[in-house]
Amino acid sequence: MEYAQKAVENSGTAIGIRGKDGVVFGVEKLVRSKLYEVGANKRIFNIDTHIGSAVAGLLADARHVVDTAREEAANYRYNYGESIPLKYLTNRVSMYVHAYTLYSSMRPFGVSMILGSYDEGLPQLYMIDPSGVSWGYFGCAIGKAQQTAKTEIEKLKTKEMPISEVVKEVAKIIHIVHDEVKDKAFELELSWVGEQTQGRHVLVPDDIKEEAIRYANEALKEPDDEEDQAIG
Amino acid sequence: MAFLSGEYQWNTELWAHGPSPGKFYNFPGTSQESDQSDIVKRTLHPTVTGTSVMGIIFKDGIMLAADTLGSYGTLARYRDLSRVSVVNDATVIAAGGDYADFQYLKSVIEQRVIDENCYDDGFNYTPQSLFSWLTRVMYNRRSKYDPLWNTFAVGGINNGKPFLGYVDKIGTAYTSNTLASGFGAYLARPMMRDALEKNPDMSEEEAKAVIMRCMKVLHYRDARSLNRFEIVTVTKDGARVEGPLSIKPDWSIVRQSRCGKSS
Repeated sequence: MEYAQKAVENSGTAIGIRGKDGVVFGVEKLVRSKLYEVGANKRIFNIDTHIGSAVAGLLADARHVVDTAREEAANYRYNYGESIPLKYLTNRVSMYVHAYTLYSSMRPFGVSMILGSYDEGLPQLYMIDPSGVSWGYFGCAIGKAQQTAKTEIEKLKTKEMPISEVVKEVAKIIHIVHDEVKDKAFELELSWVGEQTQGRHVLVPDDIKEEAIRYANEALKEPDDEEDQAIG
Repeated sequence: MAFLSGEYQWNTELWAHGPSPGKFYNFPGTSQESDQSDIVKRTLHPTVTGTSVMGIIFKDGIMLAADTLGSYGTLARYRDLSRVSVVNDATVIAAGGDYADFQYLKSVIEQRVIDENCYDDGFNYTPQSLFSWLTRVMYNRRSKYDPLWNTFAVGGINNGKPFLGYVDKIGTAYTSNTLASGFGAYLARPMMRDALEKNPDMSEEEAKAVIMRCMKVLHYRDARSLNRFEIVTVTKDGARVEGPLSIKPDWSIVRQSRCGKSS
């Protein structure tokens, strides 16, 4: 269990913020080698049309948990003829994750997962950790710089912010928490689900993402003249 | 030879209490099966059905139409069943035949579209790929003697080119620039063909006028139809469902037809 938590703490930071009219995800994806293609090893996933998730930890484990979540969402849709409420999905997935902590023959998943949805006008955000515990959040952070990221999120009045604002803050926080010295290159992944995406979870369009990055860089410049460059 | 002269008959008594031709021998007392147990019964008739679907290609898109009646045999049981479905911005289907089978297939397609979106690789169903998949499903099911009792019209545009395809319950499939099933195949399709021959570069409005006229004729002559229908159009601007629409029937023409004359 401790090692699983450690795996999460070693990974690049992922945050999710619940705004007034949707949820925004941001991932600091560390690029460990220049030989990787741009956009390889994504850490933001679609679960269902209206549900997205961002993960931190072992990516292979994460993909398996994501697959399970997709299956559960499909299964709910098949049985009830409507999309799964995030509350239920989180419950089902955390039960699954928890089951892997119960037996000596299996190891827990080295993954924390943030899930977000926008359903019937209500944004929701949950986080599942390797122990199978899950909570609802207004904003949460997992991975390397979760503490710094959390304090940054706490400074915001997220409940009143539209996601068009939140997306900038998310970009900013990811840039703030990125440690230039230890990890050089990173790609910023941004996605959202909310009113303006018609309740669909999608990646943030390039132009808006660019603008968010510009905002982030400018905000970073202000206190002291630190510059950084982000790829993508 | 007796064999060729037709006098030969299967004599199962060649081996008393033995297996019939093509069957395994059942040891006495060990068999759990009766001879009939491997007979599986399947649905041989549809229950709630929709009548014709039709489709036409026009200059820069396609149009499908189907009325909203769900018939229970000859009884007009449901008046508000939508028989068209938008798969994505560029792909639509319309179905005739068993409504339950249509709903089943629709839910399968919906889930497949969601799964496809989850991969986030920029791929999605094109009208061609959906059609190709659908022909395989339909042929496969009929080969199991358990067909999906439908006729489907698949339509859409791909790379700016309109596409229209037909698949039915026995897996027959073709693509064409006009298409109609059931009664529509006899009544509407010649009209659509004629209109398209005279006007190959048909506009959306003209195509709609043709479809409306076909729906009118079908309403007059098909006893399983309803004057309440939907039209789904796909152009480069996306897919759009119109309706329920209706036509203004003029039953006074019945007097001019043979069946309306008093003897």
